[in-house]
Amino acid sequence: MKYEFTPERMKEFQKVKAKYERPRSALLPALYLAQEQWKFLSDEAIQYVAGLLEMPAREVFEAVSFYTMFRKKDMGKYCLQVCNNITCTLMGSEALLDLLHKELDVGLSETTKDGMFSILSVQCLGSCGTAPVVQINENYYENMNCDRLKITLQQLRGTT
Amino acid sequence: MKLLAPERRIILKNIETPNLHQLSVYQAAGGYQTARKAVAMNPDAIIEEVKKSGIRGRGGAGFPTGSKWGFVPFKTGKPIYLLCNADESEPGCFKDRLLLERNPHQLIEGIIIASFAVRSLKSYIYIRGEYATAAKVVQKAIDEAYGQGFLGKNVMGSTHTIDVVLHRGAGAYICGEETGLISSLEGKKGYPRLKPPFPAVSGFLNCPTVVNNVETLSTVPWILANGGEAYATYGTEQSRGTRLFCVSGWVNRPGVYEEELGCTLRDMIDGHAGGMKEGAKLKAVIPGGSSTPPLTPEEVDKATLDFETMAKFGTFLGAGGIIVIPDHFPLLKLLERLTEFYWDESCGQCTPCREGTGWLYKMMKAIEHGKGTAQDVANLQKTANQMMGVTICALSDAAAMPVLGFLKKFPNEFKSAREHT
Repeated sequence: MKYEFTPERMKEFQKVKAKYERPRSALLPALYLAQEQWKFLSDEAIQYVAGLLEMPAREVFEAVSFYTMFRKKDMGKYCLQVCNNITCTLMGSEALLDLLHKELDVGLSETTKDGMFSILSVQCLGSCGTAPVVQINENYYENMNCDRLKITLQQLRGTT
Repeated sequence: MKLLAPERRIILKNIETPNLHQLSVYQAAGGYQTARKAVAMNPDAIIEEVKKSGIRGRGGAGFPTGSKWGFVPFKTGKPIYLLCNADESEPGCFKDRLLLERNPHQLIEGIIIASFAVRSLKSYIYIRGEYATAAKVVQKAIDEAYGQGFLGKNVMGSTHTIDVVLHRGAGAYICGEETGLISSLEGKKGYPRLKPPFPAVSGFLNCPTVVNNVETLSTVPWILANGGEAYATYGTEQSRGTRLFCVSGWVNRPGVYEEELGCTLRDMIDGHAGGMKEGAKLKAVIPGGSSTPPLTPEEVDKATLDFETMAKFGTFLGAGGIIVIPDHFPLLKLLERLTEFYWDESCGQCTPCREGTGWLYKMMKAIEHGKGTAQDVANLQKTANQMMGVTICALSDAAAMPVLGFLKKFPNEFKSAREHT
């Protein structure tokens, strides 16, 4: 595979980069674009971004491993991210995780064989007033309970 | 019971107005009039007004905002940056998310006023990566403000330029620490930096930089419109004004509530939040977000929500995250979750934090699973003590303080571990 942004993404990257004083300030936006295009950030993708920003690949790699929203491996079509912090635990997030493990038969940070779902345990998402929360890809599912989570899984399965 | 009447609200004054996130709706409610007034003022007079208000930063540290603005050296010849900290990540806090999603123009108006006061031509709003919805709303609001000439060159017909850029983080609690935020914005991993030099002198790209929280900046338009003295009539002697409290946990109406500083914690829990869910008994309250030591039920009955009273009880107002814990829930499970959080979020730069957070988590895990010994409890105390005040930033202290607080205030919870020797 040739590692290069699509023309649209390249345009988007140039637009974003122009907002900053120094190109490397655009590191996080560039990595978001790369992840959007290639689903996860392989060594090749990291090299490519480093070239674009004229910075050492080592430092791009550091950032990828530092920030939790960047992925070093492919994930399911839907990333089910269950908050494990205080309020969500208090309001029942452990039961949600148990349900996901049982329904999908995979462990934490693992992906179902059909590539549909990955289960992740994540830190506070700023949704304590509507706990427990499950973030599915970019969307928050607030005031979650086991019944609603089951229905949500069924709905997501139906959209393949 | 004395709760803040809705008509006396400052930050959440118009929050229930439908479509407030749209510029036209915000303007119809009087929005951007204060910014217009500000750009015609002497910038020093704005700083003076904010000093008079007595407002202290709402991000957690509680530093007086007017003083922070006053520290900026205006004549170095270097550009001055204003960074809005929207990296809200403290467990228990969700107030900035509400302001970003529902009232982004109030924040932008605050940024215009603050930028003008501190002579900044360029601002960044650093928003946590997970707040994707808020990021979309804020970006749209920024675009609208540019469209109306409220941002960009010749702001509101003045000779001033103010550019605002929304920058998304990517999942790192430490980037809410102001120097970690600056490192991240410079395209590095979010390592905090030693202070001094303080950001006001040498921050983003080694230029003078002011870092203010979303809530602080969102309060600025009201202060300037009504005067610092009017703001200072709210609250207590050392804790002026109102602030947002996020109530979560075992209550009937969790949510974000604006209150005058100095209100009682009981009024917050029983009044605003509707009391304990299912009539449960209270076991503990974490008053200001996960880093702040807990309060016992007896302390909750006596506590008022202001900086000075919280200090008396050995804790802090932090970023206003009140977590209500019922009697039926195992307290140590929550502390174990907390220690895991800090272990996960330690940036790894300083040894006491990198190693200490890991050990706190391991020991709490053993204790929580009934495998802890009396020695573990003693080591927990010893390790936490050794993590205080010895690192570049406050994350190490933030991890140690709740552990020490739970040990001190809820010693019986650790009893089963002690019997295990």
